Amino acid sequence: MHLYNLTLQPPTAITHAVAGNFSGSRTQEIVVSRGTRLELLRPDVQSGKVATVIASDVFGSIRSLAAFRLTGGTKDYVIVGSDSGRIVILDYDPKTSSFVKVHQETFGKSGARRIVPGQYLATDPKGRSVMIAAMEKAKLVYILNRDAAANLTISSPLEAHKNNAIIHHIVGLDVGFENPTFAALEVDYSESDQDPSGEAFNNAEKMLTYYELDLGLNHVVRKWSEPTDPRANLLVQVPGGQLATSDRYDGPSGVLVCCEDHIIYRHMDAPQHRVPIPRRRHPLEDPERGLIITAAVMHKMKGAFFFLLQSEEGDLYKVTIEHEEQDVKALKIKYFDTVPVASGLCILKSGFLFVASEFGNHYFYQFQKLGDDDNEPEFSSGDYPSYGMADPTAALPRAYFRPRALDNLTLVDELESLCPILDSKVMNLLPNSDTPQIFAACGRGARSTFRTLRHGLEVEEVVSSDLPGIPNAVWTTKLKEDDPYDSYIILSFVNGTLVLCIGETIEEVQDTGFLSSAPTLAVQQIGADALLQVHPHGIRHVLSDRRVNEWRVPSGKTIVCATTNKRQVVVALSSAELVYFELDLDGQLNEYQDRKAMGSTVLALSIAEVPEGRQRTPYLAVGCEDQTVRIVSLDPESTLETISLQALTAPPSAICIADMLDAGINKTQPTTFVNIGLQNGVLLRTVLDPVNGQLTDTRTRFLGTRPIRLLRVNIQRNPAILALSSRPWLNYTHQNFMHFTPLIFENLDYAWSFSAELCQEGLIGISGSLLRIFQIPKLGTKLKQDSIPLSYTPRKFIPHPHNGLLYLIEGDHRVMSEEAAAKQLQQLRESGRAVDEEMVNLPPEQFGRPKAPAGTWASCIRIISPLDAQTVNVIHLDNNEAAFSLAIVPFAAKNNELHLVVGTAQDTFLAPRSCTSGFLRTYRFTDDGRNLELLHKTETNDVPLAIMAFQGKLVAGVGKALRLYDIGKKKLLRKVENKTLGSTIVTLNTQGSRIIIGDMQESVFYAVYKPPENRLLVFADDVQPRWVTATTMLDYNTVVASDRFGNVFVNRLDAKISDQIDDDPTGAGILHEKGVLFGAPHKTAMLAHFHVGDIVTSLNKISLVAGGREVILYTCLHGTIGILVPFVSKEDVDLLTTLEQHMRTEQLSLVGRDHLAWRGYYVPVKAVVDGDLCESFAKLPANKQSSIAGELDRTVGEVLKKLEQLRVTASGF
Amino acid sequence: MSSELRYTANTQLEHLHARYTGTGHADLTKYEWLTHQHRDTLSSIVGHPTLTSYLAIADGEAVGRVRFEMTERMLQPCGPPPPKDD
Repeated sequence: MHLYNLTLQPPTAITHAVAGNFSGSRTQEIVVSRGTRLELLRPDVQSGKVATVIASDVFGSIRSLAAFRLTGGTKDYVIVGSDSGRIVILDYDPKTSSFVKVHQETFGKSGARRIVPGQYLATDPKGRSVMIAAMEKAKLVYILNRDAAANLTISSPLEAHKNNAIIHHIVGLDVGFENPTFAALEVDYSESDQDPSGEAFNNAEKMLTYYELDLGLNHVVRKWSEPTDPRANLLVQVPGGQLATSDRYDGPSGVLVCCEDHIIYRHMDAPQHRVPIPRRRHPLEDPERGLIITAAVMHKMKGAFFFLLQSEEGDLYKVTIEHEEQDVKALKIKYFDTVPVASGLCILKSGFLFVASEFGNHYFYQFQKLGDDDNEPEFSSGDYPSYGMADPTAALPRAYFRPRALDNLTLVDELESLCPILDSKVMNLLPNSDTPQIFAACGRGARSTFRTLRHGLEVEEVVSSDLPGIPNAVWTTKLKEDDPYDSYIILSFVNGTLVLCIGETIEEVQDTGFLSSAPTLAVQQIGADALLQVHPHGIRHVLSDRRVNEWRVPSGKTIVCATTNKRQVVVALSSAELVYFELDLDGQLNEYQDRKAMGSTVLALSIAEVPEGRQRTPYLAVGCEDQTVRIVSLDPESTLETISLQALTAPPSAICIADMLDAGINKTQPTTFVNIGLQNGVLLRTVLDPVNGQLTDTRTRFLGTRPIRLLRVNIQRNPAILALSSRPWLNYTHQNFMHFTPLIFENLDYAWSFSAELCQEGLIGISGSLLRIFQIPKLGTKLKQDSIPLSYTPRKFIPHPHNGLLYLIEGDHRVMSEEAAAKQLQQLRESGRAVDEEMVNLPPEQFGRPKAPAGTWASCIRIISPLDAQTVNVIHLDNNEAAFSLAIVPFAAKNNELHLVVGTAQDTFLAPRSCTSGFLRTYRFTDDGRNLELLHKTETNDVPLAIMAFQGKLVAGVGKALRLYDIGKKKLLRKVENKTLGSTIVTLNTQGSRIIIGDMQESVFYAVYKPPENRLLVFADDVQPRWVTATTMLDYNTVVASDRFGNVFVNRLDAKISDQIDDDPTGAGILHEKGVLFGAPHKTAMLAHFHVGDIVTSLNKISLVAGGREVILYTCLHGTIGILVPFVSKEDVDLLTTLEQHMRTEQLSLVGRDHLAWRGYYVPVKAVVDGDLCESFAKLPANKQSSIAGELDRTVGEVLKKLEQLRVTASGF
Repeated sequence: MSSELRYTANTQLEHLHARYTGTGHADLTKYEWLTHQHRDTLSSIVGHPTLTSYLAIADGEAVGRVRFEMTERMLQPCGPPPPKDD
């Protein structure tokens, strides 16, 4: 077995975000790390929209990100700390729109190790040096400078190691132009490792240490080290240093030490200031619980600065420092606003705040004000004795605030993120769809959603209006060449033409010079200010003064099709002749003296737009009924001579020539594509050689069941092609690469570009008698998302086999269920305590729910109708029960009536896992599955993490025990049990009487049920320990599984053993067979292994295109969706493996990780080709492309075609 | 191995141990080995963004909190060392 890995949707989570002027212009951009990808986002200050400029796969795991600017520079560089054992400095090159590796310095082994730096990065604010640190001990300082040619230079590393020290955080100190200094938060463990009494551990001090880089001596010294709060977790840089021009200090310098419940200002030889972190006064808050800051950002304005710190609840605090020169007078903190908990915060100078959420969608806010003069209580260190440091070991009295709706910020944009995908199923549930949809349970806590993902571009309808008849075509046109917007909409009906004028309203106009008594074949704004209408009996050339020059068709003939551009017109007559017109310099349309007989009825014609600075386009494509397409010359030297011919498999229905940029073919110039739509719904895309007019590089794609219609439109000022079949498709260029994506919209019969003041980048289309104007807002996305809000973190869901409903279980740890919360509030009220109703009723989607102690759960079962995207019913679980698994079981004892069984547990603790009791709740479906009736609850001794229907019974994995249950009157009845499994059962799959068990730590087991003796026997297992997260059977003997470290692997059982097991009627043979390696008697063999880099949470075996092959689709925690495609031929395997090898030597990884090592992170990669790496072949420079293609004995076009074909036939993406 | 060679090899080994924290040796106690294992695991969890997310979702905590608690636990992941019997 050989597999080809393709990413359909790259990870959507953001783990780090930094702002800076990366392109060197005045606009600020944001560089984000999506775990294994680096992206540059550019916010549009006017519209407030955030657009992705480039995204690049780094084939490594990014662990830290920092921006820095050399002293006096105007451009920011990006420093990346990763698991490659290297520090990498990247420069964004706006010309080629790519990240360029400026420096890559190796310092250690690869992998996210304890003492290899990469976890923390800190830069000197003046851009003179950078510190990169590990989790423990190692800290390296690099000096950055310029050489004579103003290039960035990097020194060899200087060590600032401290043995036996665990590093919590590092930050660069702002010291102006004195020696660069870094602050680190460290804990030494050497003493507590030696002290059996535990006293040293209790007295372990967390040290705030300053490391100074002496630029003169080229040496790093430990300058200052003082103990600070033992629960400190984060350092924030405080501005400092003197301005060169004045003696004024920017700030006091030093750091903010964020601790649990407190913020401390610290600096060498300066008094400390401490303020409490204000808390929400929620009646249900857990008073034992501390509050920590998880994200922070400092913003400098002219002569002032402030900090925004975010707590783990999502509340933003504005922190300011009152200072006189270098002396701090007070540290102040006040509540600012509440936004989702962030993994990165960025403030832009233009007044925006980017919040990269740790889970769920990312947000872009605009500052309305800075919270300067509101009534929020402010807490100042000056109000406490000794600035809050009277007794550093004792907590300050708690401070409180009231959370409220956004006041200082307004939301301007939202970036969709699937992270985390916790479960998914791929099914085709929607009507009129020939491809399956991905249903994904996403999100965390109250911001969770259930999303339906469909392949295609989202369409936003602007207007839709009914027309009196059914038109067959629509055009829009400007009146003059330099008009900014369209003026007319022309509709062609069977027996007439209607012209509408676009003004404040859209109204019919009469005296336009257009013939209204006949249908129209083509409309064109021609020359400087004239219009052209082609109708079956002639061509009307409407001049600007409304004079009409008409060319009439010889009697007995009609025009069957026409194609036009700004200077040329070609029409085909019913006598299979071509007539060619060209605009002369006086604006007169002249007919070419000869007509060309084609010999076969012409079905379609197309010419390209006139290239800039030229008189004409030299090629005409003619599609004839004899299943050919001919390229005919329009060059004055050889007018109407046939140049080349392409045979087709069906008569053409449409042709469209368009010049579009595809950097895979040509990086600088647009390529001329001839798109040929056939009557059987197949689209051919060929490249027209501009020199000799030959057609090369044909690629085919099946679009739908109807004959194809092709239209050239403009999308974001670039040419694009709309292909209409049984569904509409758009072929467009995005980030220099060509995309071909269906539109999620109703069937269109005809469409055209539409540009008016209110809708500048629109399209106009007709479907039946409806005229619709629409826009495509999110180019580049391949999946359209529709979401349903959920209450808690979704865990698993299952489809009903008949009624099209989905059953989903949700559960949140450390959250009180509504019932428990109401009960506790009632108790509070009864005890006479005032309950702040406003706090209780805060919307949880925005503010989250109050954190409860560990072991508290809120959980529910939700019934979802995916068809109308609605929740049908919610059943809340009581008694602190949480649902962990579910199955729909047709119990044979009940005449195969379907039952929903939900595995729950009460008072569950996660580490170490325990519960007072597990339960299997058996529900009956009532009201056609829209409601559930609880039949009974069956107690279990552990948490049932996996359950499944099996031969009219239920199989449950309860802790490490595998049990078979049958239904009884008051309980489920345990029939048989197997307790020989490794640790905890997390997944179950079955075929026949075989059960595949995924174990939390011990990989996959094969078990068999032997009914005659009622035996449940494990007969095969894996030789490696694996922390399984998801499994799916590929066939009776093969299973694909994923583990917690981001690997996907395929295990297969030998067919002989399989037969032998099945032939044993009672299982006595298996029972008495001797185990091998302390495990089952047989072992599975690993067929394929691949490291995805994201934790796979579900695996589906599914065919994604109608009639296509089955592939493995996986969804991951950080939002990745990918497929593993089995190769069909040995030839493909050889070709792609060789291509992959060549691509590996190109060293494309931006973090400097070796590709082979990355894909074989835990286990060497086996029998899987990385399609993402192969596809980056298109991004290589042309000379590299041709040399690699040469090594493969192919042309560049053939390699690109192969890559596209693999993607399209497997996924349709 | 001659005694002299063993002597030099040992100094090199000591040097290597000082340089590469977490490397085992012949006289490693069970407690030391376990502590190293735990510290390695904890730092690996903090070092892989997907693993911190995974734990945060399971536990219902913020990613920042998970990272902090994991780093805190590195100080003494397996409790105090067993008393020395001499």
